[in-house]
Amino acid sequence: MVGQTQNNDRPGMAAAGRKTTAMFLGNVPNIIAIVFLSGLVVQFLPVGRLTAFLGGGLLADGLVGAAIGSVSTGNPLVSYILAGEFLEQGMGLVAITALLVCWVTVGSVQLPAEIQSFGPCFALVRNGLAFVSALAIAFLVLLTLQGMGVSMP
Amino acid sequence: MNRATVRGTKGEKKQKTVAKFLFLGAVAALYAIFFLVDPEGTTSAFFFALTVLTKLWPVLIFVFFLMFVVNLLVKPSWVRRHVGHDSGAKGVWVALVGGIISMGPIYIWYTMLRDFQKKGMRPALIAVFLYSRGVKIPLLPLMAFYFGITYTVVLTMYMLVFAVLSGLCTEWLVHGRKAA
Repeated sequence: MVGQTQNNDRPGMAAAGRKTTAMFLGNVPNIIAIVFLSGLVVQFLPVGRLTAFLGGGLLADGLVGAAIGSVSTGNPLVSYILAGEFLEQGMGLVAITALLVCWVTVGSVQLPAEIQSFGPCFALVRNGLAFVSALAIAFLVLLTLQGMGVSMP
Repeated sequence: MNRATVRGTKGEKKQKTVAKFLFLGAVAALYAIFFLVDPEGTTSAFFFALTVLTKLWPVLIFVFFLMFVVNLLVKPSWVRRHVGHDSGAKGVWVALVGGIISMGPIYIWYTMLRDFQKKGMRPALIAVFLYSRGVKIPLLPLMAFYFGITYTVVLTMYMLVFAVLSGLCTEWLVHGRKAA
């Protein structure tokens, strides 16, 4: 019968619809909050200013790149354009790579929603590891490209 | 069910509702503070967010439909078999490919992943899914245009490897310790 639990643990059409609607609506306030918070970040956090902290060595530059990527939000396309400009201005490959990876893997803006969904421990550990792994990837990419004798365009 | 239990359930429901709106309330408070300091900038941020929201609804409808199909057809036993604790390498592949082909912002997938977790999805694979979303197949040509093909291929390979590594480490750090 539609709306009642059928065989095993699979729900009927109406029950699935009710469950999906409840799950979805429960997440809508978080989605709206993240979008509006990203509006504030985009408006009041000009990431270009953070590049003033560059020039302190590979690790320090990597940390700055990762920090810029972590606090930034929006389409990854924007990160390519931004990193492309930074590269032309002489920003190092480690910082560029850390920025690109953190942009898509670390979510500072959506962290409260991730905490609500999966718990603080999971969300903080996952984002922390993503930050550290971005630095590791940045160094590995540099070493690999140097080993292959490839120079950046 | 006795009165105390009913009261307790109602109280929990109220707490959950408050928790749902806590983040949104905090953001609204931030807007109020920023508006006092910089009304023009805050208005601009508000309209930027509205534009993003209007662009987001097609993806939200897609995710709603996908969640409906999952709720209708996917049984906990399926989740446990394909992305559960004993899913092995197959589970890792499912999470990697799922993360890569999933579209839209990361936060709209939280609800579905949380539901999968309740049905038995391995926490490591949730982390793998969330990390591998960083690999955007449609945007790779553009990345190659900016940074070269070799750089794009090398970076993508490392990201896929680290998606798996960070997923396993996340599970070990969060749940391994709990188990211990």
